[in-house]
Amino acid sequence: MDRACSCNDFTRSALMRRGVAAAGAGLPAIEPGMPTPAGTGLSRRGFLLSSAGLVLSVYGAGRLLDAPAFEAGVAAAAEAGSGPVLVSVYLQGGIDSMSVLYPAGDPLYGQYRTSLALAAGAGPAFSEDPRLFWHPLAAPLAQLHSEGKVSVMPTIGYSDPNQSHFTSRHFWEVGATQADLLTGWMGRYLDIVGTADNPLQGLCLDDSLSPALATAKLPVATIDLPSDYSVWTQGVWGPPQTIMYNAFEALGHVGVRSRDVGMMASGQAALMSSTLRRQLLPFQPADGQSAPAPPSSYPTATDEFPARMAAVAELLGAGLPINCVSVSTDSVFDTHESQAAPFAAGLGEAAQTLYAFQRDLEARGLADRVLTLVWSEFGRRPQENGSAGTDHGAAGCAFVIGTRAAGTMIGEWPGLASGLDPLGNLTETADFRSLYCSLIEQWFAHEAAPIIPGASTLARVRVVK
Amino acid sequence: MASETGVHLATRRASAPAHAALPVYNGRFGVAAAERLLWRAGFGPRPGEARALAARGLRAAVLSLTRPASHALAGPPPRLETGKPIAPYDAWGNDVLWWLDRMVRSRAQLIERMTLTWHDWFATSNEGVGSQRLMISQNRTQRRLCLASFPQMLTAMTLDPAMMLWLSLSGSTKAAPNENYAREMQELFTLGVGDGYTEQDVREHARALTGFTNTWNNATGEPDDFHFDPKLHDDGVKLIYHRRGRFGWRDSLRLALSHPGHPAYFVAKLWSYFSPAPLPKADARAAAALYVSSGKQIRPLVEAMLMHPLIYEGPRLVKPPIVQIAGMLRGIGRYVDTDAWAWESSQAGQMPFYPPNVAGWDATRWLNTDTWLARFNLTNQMIKPARVLNPAKAKVKADPRAMTREAIAFWGGPTLSGPTQEALRAYARAAIDSATADWERQQYPALIVNGLRALVVASPDYHAC
Repeated sequence: MDRACSCNDFTRSALMRRGVAAAGAGLPAIEPGMPTPAGTGLSRRGFLLSSAGLVLSVYGAGRLLDAPAFEAGVAAAAEAGSGPVLVSVYLQGGIDSMSVLYPAGDPLYGQYRTSLALAAGAGPAFSEDPRLFWHPLAAPLAQLHSEGKVSVMPTIGYSDPNQSHFTSRHFWEVGATQADLLTGWMGRYLDIVGTADNPLQGLCLDDSLSPALATAKLPVATIDLPSDYSVWTQGVWGPPQTIMYNAFEALGHVGVRSRDVGMMASGQAALMSSTLRRQLLPFQPADGQSAPAPPSSYPTATDEFPARMAAVAELLGAGLPINCVSVSTDSVFDTHESQAAPFAAGLGEAAQTLYAFQRDLEARGLADRVLTLVWSEFGRRPQENGSAGTDHGAAGCAFVIGTRAAGTMIGEWPGLASGLDPLGNLTETADFRSLYCSLIEQWFAHEAAPIIPGASTLARVRVVK
Repeated sequence: MASETGVHLATRRASAPAHAALPVYNGRFGVAAAERLLWRAGFGPRPGEARALAARGLRAAVLSLTRPASHALAGPPPRLETGKPIAPYDAWGNDVLWWLDRMVRSRAQLIERMTLTWHDWFATSNEGVGSQRLMISQNRTQRRLCLASFPQMLTAMTLDPAMMLWLSLSGSTKAAPNENYAREMQELFTLGVGDGYTEQDVREHARALTGFTNTWNNATGEPDDFHFDPKLHDDGVKLIYHRRGRFGWRDSLRLALSHPGHPAYFVAKLWSYFSPAPLPKADARAAAALYVSSGKQIRPLVEAMLMHPLIYEGPRLVKPPIVQIAGMLRGIGRYVDTDAWAWESSQAGQMPFYPPNVAGWDATRWLNTDTWLARFNLTNQMIKPARVLNPAKAKVKADPRAMTREAIAFWGGPTLSGPTQEALRAYARAAIDSATADWERQQYPALIVNGLRALVVASPDYHAC
């Protein structure tokens, strides 16, 4: 294998093929008369593909039975693994944009934030508007911004704002202010460009599927962490076990063909899980080997967000056919009371993780293929509420991060004197639907009209350079 | 009226449940229909229970659930692997075990299921409360009032300490009103997101609801002494739903409960816990009329809903994860004897006392690639090692039909559709045929039955009933 071209898709694909072949050659056959002890399953063997930075683990004969499907997946990876990727990071609960980028230069700031105000200069200055400062714990984002890798939207939202978490989040997820839309904005994109056999095209690292990735017809995946995606069965091994995996699909087909909504939901989940299991087999930690450390340092929190972002980089680094990703912070920014400390902790972890993710992509040579969109369902009310917290507001902040991000502000800080609506909430200076249209066109090079309702009437912003 | 359950029932049993104008299922009430009723209104049948219930006929069957003869817990009390009793107030996850045990053992199955409904309706998470004692106290209140009147329930939940902490009602004062409870009380508890109220109504409700506070116990650091302090209450004039008055917290609840949009919202939401298909419009109107004419009583409505034809003729309902876990334990005659169910329920997507947010669990998305796998993997926890067939010892005849029957019987004999049974038999046949050596022909049948048991409860029929 030529190491000289180890960065191109062909090599990645070839390395993974070799891993399968080596696994097949190296496996001890189940010798007649030499059964594996009951209940233990077949022994797992790990293969380190150092060039690909991957640990392949192999489950007995199951690996061989699955090899053709795995090969097909690898082939798809080699083809699809070069397209643009969008990673959506959701800051749960409506983050207080006036604390992420705080307007210490706005004359009214101190009046609105009697207990929460930060001093000018406590955090890095925001180079595009002298009135704004980054929260001290957002310094990693300020650093990326200074490198031209962050497009900042200081007040993004939509007209006639809704202050329900669920409704406003739903609007952002479906890409329209429509309560009854059932597919996500990224899901509709995948329905057009995706394939029927690749759940990884829309990958949600979470406990449940992000509605933003909800498709009408094509499979998408939800996993906790790729390394955790393994099937566990007691007292079944050898061919009865591998044939059992096929039965997942048989049961899945029974569900899908049943015409009953409940059984169909189960059947679809079974079919997607079965495919995903094959796709993620290489990411199972092998016995006695820990996964290779990522090339940048993520926060070592017990929260899942840093590990999930590291996993996204690892999966992309392995060339898996991923188009859209959704991840949420563990931190909930619904800070109705005593806001300062939990806000700072949550923001700090988010900013450090996003920074580490960007550096990770850069180290893996993937940075030009990935954009990260960071958003929340709304900002919070400028007037703090007296519990040293903030209630639900309207416009909030969002960021697009990446080496290909335009790196210039979208919209502006409207000022507290004239930038508030009659209810005292911030007025939007950018529309999230405009942002989505622009991302679809400039990043995915796809027309926005079939994906975002009313695309033709929405303005476009420059978000990609 | 405070104690609707228990002794008062005996005197009430004579009166017929009111279900005027709502259609009653008049098809065959056989074993499959009774089985479905037990999954919708309880936690699935114990072996033989569906047959016994079917013999009583629909009406008596429903009344046996809504007016249970006994509230006793039958079977051994919960314990940990060590044999020690659980510590529901103190040890992590033991709160879950405390409730799961009731789900498994209670003879009043609907009472536990309705408690789960109210837990989702008034979703409060210990993540924000930080006291298992307060969470369990809220749970007891929900159980006590689960079939009483909704105004009673709403009042009790408003005054509930865990709720007061969770939605920032305690500490919301005249000087600093907090909108959190006012918003969710309308949006999630009584009216739903819609155009029935305005942002101004949210703010005015918040003012009306001011005055609650609590102290913190110096010794334990736990919240203490929740009470209403008139000095902290805003007794000014408020304008709510175009009505003017010096409204207080009772008025706030009364106004929401007498809002013209409330009955329809209440009926649709309650029904959604029993059926995935919405009530036909005329039936929804009749149900709303019944709700209002009964003085907003819950029990008559539940009785009418459980007799509705859609329950038996409509689509299947995907079992909530904790319902499936409790039902699997009931099916195999096992009791709570491990703390594994705390994390297993979390992985499967529903850890009681920890709903994902104030809207509760999303029951339209129980199954995805992550939770499907979790449901599969928890089967291993369910079938304790001692019950796994050992291929070196077990004598199993290689007969696909008999093996499939055995695996279904293992779970208490759930009704499975023809295509599912055929998929199971096809697995058995293929796995039997994979044996070539003599030792394989001897040992595989036991492995296959182990596999079949896992597949039975991974089937779409079992996931949705």
